[in-house]
Amino acid sequence: MPWFRRPSSQPLWKDEFSILTADERYVNRRQLTKFLTLTSLGMLVGNLWILVRSWLYRAPVYPATPVARLDEVPVGSIKIFSYPGPREACILVRTSAESWVAYSQKCTHLSCAVYYARQANRLECPCHEGYFSLTDGHVLQGPPRRPLPRVLLERRGEALVAVGMDLGDKEA
Amino acid sequence: MTPPRLPQNRGLTAIDGAMALMVILLIVQVWLLSATLESFLAGHREAALPAVIISALLFLICLALYLFVDQVDAEVRRH
Repeated sequence: MPWFRRPSSQPLWKDEFSILTADERYVNRRQLTKFLTLTSLGMLVGNLWILVRSWLYRAPVYPATPVARLDEVPVGSIKIFSYPGPREACILVRTSAESWVAYSQKCTHLSCAVYYARQANRLECPCHEGYFSLTDGHVLQGPPRRPLPRVLLERRGEALVAVGMDLGDKEA
Repeated sequence: MTPPRLPQNRGLTAIDGAMALMVILLIVQVWLLSATLESFLAGHREAALPAVIISALLFLICLALYLFVDQVDAEVRRH
C-alpha cells in the first residue's frame, strides 16, 4: 500500500536512528506525530468501548430489600446498609419522624464514602469537599458533577424497604 | 533582503504546523472522551454514538496529518 511505505528506500534503522542532525529533526517529529496518531486512535477506542457498553446495557432489576426498622434509626441519625449488592454501601438518614432519605455512599467524583454532616444538614465527601443536598442528592459544591444515586424507599409497617435506585436523571 | 528558505526548513515548518493541529485535535478528543464517559455514567447513553462519529472524524484527520508529515519527510529526504 503506497501510503504506508517507508518514506525512504534506506533500511529502517537508518530511517529511525539517523546519524545526520538535519535528518534527526525530521525523525523526532515523525515519531511524535506517529505517537499523537496512536493516542488519537486510543481515544477513539475509548469512545467505541463506551458505545459498546451502552448497547449492551440492560436496566438492572432491583430487589425489594428491608434496610432498617424505624425504631433503630432515631430522628437525625443514620444507618449504613448495602443495596442493591453487598458491596454497594448506602447511607440512610432519618430527617424527621415521618421522613427519611437514602443515597449511595459512593461520591460520584472518585467514589470516596460520603457522610452525613448534621450541622450543615447535607452529605459531605471528605476527600475533595464535594457536598450533596440531603433533599435530592444534587451537588451543592465541589468537583462531583453528578448527583448521588438515590435509594427509593417504601415504608412497610415498621420497616423501611429499598425498592429501587434513582440515578438522578431517570428512575431505574 | 531575506535569503530564500531551504526546502528542509520549509518542510519542518509544515510538519510543525501539522503537529500543532494534531495536538489541538487530541485535546478535543480527550475532552470528548471524558464528557462522554461522564454522560454515560450519569445514564445518558444516547450521547455515545455521536461521540464515536466525531471521535472517528478527528482520528481520520490526525491520520491524514500523519500521512502528510510522512510524505513531506520522504520528499525532503529525496532532495
